[in-house]
Amino acid sequence: MPAGNHAVAPAAAAPADDGNWVMPGKNYAATRFSALNQITPANVSKLALAFTFSTATTKGFEAPPLVVNGTMYVITPFPNYLYALDLTKPGAPAKWVFKPKPAAASQGVACCDVVNRGAVYDSGRIFFNTLDGQTFAVDANSGKMAWHAQLGDIQKGETITMAPLVAAGKVLVGNSGGEMGVRGWLAALDEGSGKLAWKAYNTGPDKDVLIGSRFKPFYAMDRGKDLGVSSWPPDAWKIGGATTWGWLAYDPETKLVFYGTSNPGPWNADQRPGDNKWSAGLFARDVSTGEAVWHYQTTPHDLFDYDDVNEIILADIPWGNARRPVLLRPDRNGYFYVIDRRTGQVLSATPYGFINSTRGVDLKSGRLIYVADKEPKAGRVTRDICPASPGAKDWNPAAFSPVTGLVYIPHNNLCMDFSGMEANYISGTPYVGADVKMYAGPGGNRGVLTAWDPVNRRPAWEIKEDLPLWSPALATAGNVVFYGTMDGWFKAVDARNGKLLWQFKAGSGIIGQPISYRGPDGRQYIAVIAGVGGWAGAIVSGQMDPHDPTGALGFANAMKDLPMKTTAGGMLYVFTLPR
Amino acid sequence: MSSLFRASFLVAVTSALALAGCDREEHHSRAKPIGETVPAGESPDTIFPGTSSAPPLDPRAVLYDNNANAIAQGQQLYLQMNCVGCHSHGGGGMGPPLMDDQWRYGGRIDQIATTIAEGRPNGMPSWRGKLTEDQIWDLAAYVRSLSGLPSKDAVSSRAESMSAGTPQSLTPHAEPKNSDAPQQ
Repeated sequence: MPAGNHAVAPAAAAPADDGNWVMPGKNYAATRFSALNQITPANVSKLALAFTFSTATTKGFEAPPLVVNGTMYVITPFPNYLYALDLTKPGAPAKWVFKPKPAAASQGVACCDVVNRGAVYDSGRIFFNTLDGQTFAVDANSGKMAWHAQLGDIQKGETITMAPLVAAGKVLVGNSGGEMGVRGWLAALDEGSGKLAWKAYNTGPDKDVLIGSRFKPFYAMDRGKDLGVSSWPPDAWKIGGATTWGWLAYDPETKLVFYGTSNPGPWNADQRPGDNKWSAGLFARDVSTGEAVWHYQTTPHDLFDYDDVNEIILADIPWGNARRPVLLRPDRNGYFYVIDRRTGQVLSATPYGFINSTRGVDLKSGRLIYVADKEPKAGRVTRDICPASPGAKDWNPAAFSPVTGLVYIPHNNLCMDFSGMEANYISGTPYVGADVKMYAGPGGNRGVLTAWDPVNRRPAWEIKEDLPLWSPALATAGNVVFYGTMDGWFKAVDARNGKLLWQFKAGSGIIGQPISYRGPDGRQYIAVIAGVGGWAGAIVSGQMDPHDPTGALGFANAMKDLPMKTTAGGMLYVFTLPR
Repeated sequence: MSSLFRASFLVAVTSALALAGCDREEHHSRAKPIGETVPAGESPDTIFPGTSSAPPLDPRAVLYDNNANAIAQGQQLYLQMNCVGCHSHGGGGMGPPLMDDQWRYGGRIDQIATTIAEGRPNGMPSWRGKLTEDQIWDLAAYVRSLSGLPSKDAVSSRAESMSAGTPQSLTPHAEPKNSDAPQQ
């Protein structure tokens, strides 16, 4: 890689592109960058459909297809079917389908549609999680189950929606349920057998959190004994959320796995005075033992459901006179963080969207500074809080191009009214305690695609979108960036200036992860799965009534027009250039 | 029409209204013996072999349906038991909406009570043993009221939530579809 004056991906975590796409983030650095370059700004206007495939689902489709040596794998939302499609044959017919048959009742404890964020391929097997809290390993050739493990308990409100990460012989899996009063964890299963290797809780005493002698947080606020207990009211950490439903990254050089924890529960922050560790923060752990090496709490005592689960992009970045190994994060709370991945030191935290709920991040103490006027109190309505609960950006990952050095961030421009109320804990039911009503932020557009320059800490360009962007981005070496909109447009824009080059209208809104792969015929393909839903699209996939502004935890109010703009239905679309 | 007749007609109408009003406000005490169990509400969208229609409404339904007190009690329970977390204030979310005109498992109050008591297979929890029968019927009365089915004078004209939506008395009336409709 040219070590010029922009950010590049570390070689160990982002090896040379072999034309496959084996994990949602593309590689351990989570760049979502394809080195294929047949498709360029000059020819992308000729991009045409190669084949399609109906997934037989009507729920939100957040997963990417995977491609491994001529076979494509598609994991669906609940009921979590795994399809294998034969790319070597015309029309890519199905080779097999694996049906894990998750418990139907799990649908009732999934906070934000019954999504699945993807499968992973490694060493001849496909690994994925099911909504009812299981992890499966399936033989990639035969479609036969190798093993499965029950990790989550739906009776406690635990589901699993995240894509696992397979690294150093471990399958890393975390739970969802931050809105159900669960206790968050990350588990490592042995890749060969599915046996539990270690499990680290994200709240509670140090021994449960796997905090020991190696734990060296950069900031004083994250140091102390059993902070996962003492930063909560008595026993509140047992039902305090801090789940692991988002993205992991892995640095093969330091053998550290990175992940963020979700919001603390309940949303009504009056019920949990304290910093609520280790919620809404970032962990670095040793992949073989699970030991915590550092933690940085991005959003202490979260007031607004600013989960810290967003993607973690590993990069090496010019900083002063040297290059620093960092991780890049467009966070829910609206700041783009550049963090030294060896220590957890925040090098910069710059707003990439409109923020009025906080004033900034104090780089000395590491602390996020709240704006007093925007702090919700139980029994009153706090208005015009920006960003809203889904944050300036939610789960849908950005893509990083080492060619341009830019991070392409698909995100939201939403604000909200928030009123807290006493939440009762009843296991297996929501533990939220807030009435929320969201709406478009300043400017009236609900979505933005920002091309962010992490070195100069400013946007290179932006595209305003009417609807929130809930689809991840894909960057390619041909300098074409792809993303989808919730009304079903799949768009190709110039990576250098954001110029719209091509678009295709899919049958349903797009919240899925686009990928690029080299087909058996040597050509570059672009694939995406349409299927509106997720938290933002639940108003369509859940057939909600738009009369209630508080529906879907307040997201419904911002999406009242969506049912007129798109309909549900999962469908894979694959594009290539004509011969 | 003679004026005498008109007067007596007015009296009749007024007393009918007054009686209806009493019924609406009737506060049945908890001690009043009601059935041992919540009825096994029949699904409306099914076929009843050997008969032509769904079984008659559970006789206890009249104590709760359209009853302002039951609806108000149910509204409190709806918040306290976290129904609001899934169904929001009727618009839905994790669970289906309750204010629209579709009832997956029947929109009759006895059918709603059964849904609450027994749960449903796609995620609705079972509240049997967690709530009293009386509370389940109260909740059913409130849930049914979300769809605008009961008369406007029985429901609260004040929204329980602060920032949220319009009060129930202003909820658009959603006419239930075909077999969901019969409320005898």
